[in-house]
Amino acid sequence: MNEKIHLSYVIPGDDFTRAGEASGEVKKKLKQMGVPPEAIRKVAISMYEGEINMVIHANGGMIDVDISTSDITIVLEDHGPGIENVALAMQAGYSTAPDKVRALGFGAGMGLPNMKKYSDELIIDTKPGYGTKVTLVVKIG
Amino acid sequence: MTVEDVRNVLGARVICGEEHLKREVHTACGADMMSDVLAFVKDQCVLLTGLCNTQVIRTAQMMDVVCIVFVRGKKPDQAMTELAKECEIPLLCTGHRMFSACGMLYESGLRGGASY
Repeated sequence: MNEKIHLSYVIPGDDFTRAGEASGEVKKKLKQMGVPPEAIRKVAISMYEGEINMVIHANGGMIDVDISTSDITIVLEDHGPGIENVALAMQAGYSTAPDKVRALGFGAGMGLPNMKKYSDELIIDTKPGYGTKVTLVVKIG
Repeated sequence: MTVEDVRNVLGARVICGEEHLKREVHTACGADMMSDVLAFVKDQCVLLTGLCNTQVIRTAQMMDVVCIVFVRGKKPDQAMTELAKECEIPLLCTGHRMFSACGMLYESGLRGGASY
């Protein structure tokens, strides 16, 4: 694998049934490229959590994925409400998701903690009222 | 244990993925919260759930779950079945409740998939 690959996805905010499509496609692509399974797993889980968050909280957004020989960088950007208290949002179990989201199996307050657990680097750039940019880096090997 | 053994123990109906019944299952996880599945599940796992929407299949796809068992008589719709076929994940349905289904598999030798 010598090439650098860039993938870009628009995440619709109004269709919960389609949330995860982009993460599923990236997972397939990484498998085709022969990326080690552990790195694929980390990318799939952390990106999927981010994608779900975008649909639940921010009415969708954009995801850019850059794949190189040494790492995979995922940038998730939305123009949602932003995160008021990042330290609180990072706590396992803390959630602002409404009951209708919990009924769908999410909103357990594990989204950001899972993204941290399954990535090698997590940067959250957020401004309440303007949106959130999350950068995830997963190292290969 | 194989997916076929899981089916036999639970008397479950196979909705799709008949061709994958010989796959090995090493652990099991029972959960209705997909966030918890994403946090705790290990490889080669069977997921038992009473939640019935496309995100169950997506979660299973991300976690490389071997097969999904819907408990309490829940039935996946066509969109879920199509997605499961695409992801090559067999779907099983049982009328047993979560507690009973987990207990039956535990009694047959299957253990939890959570990391401690």
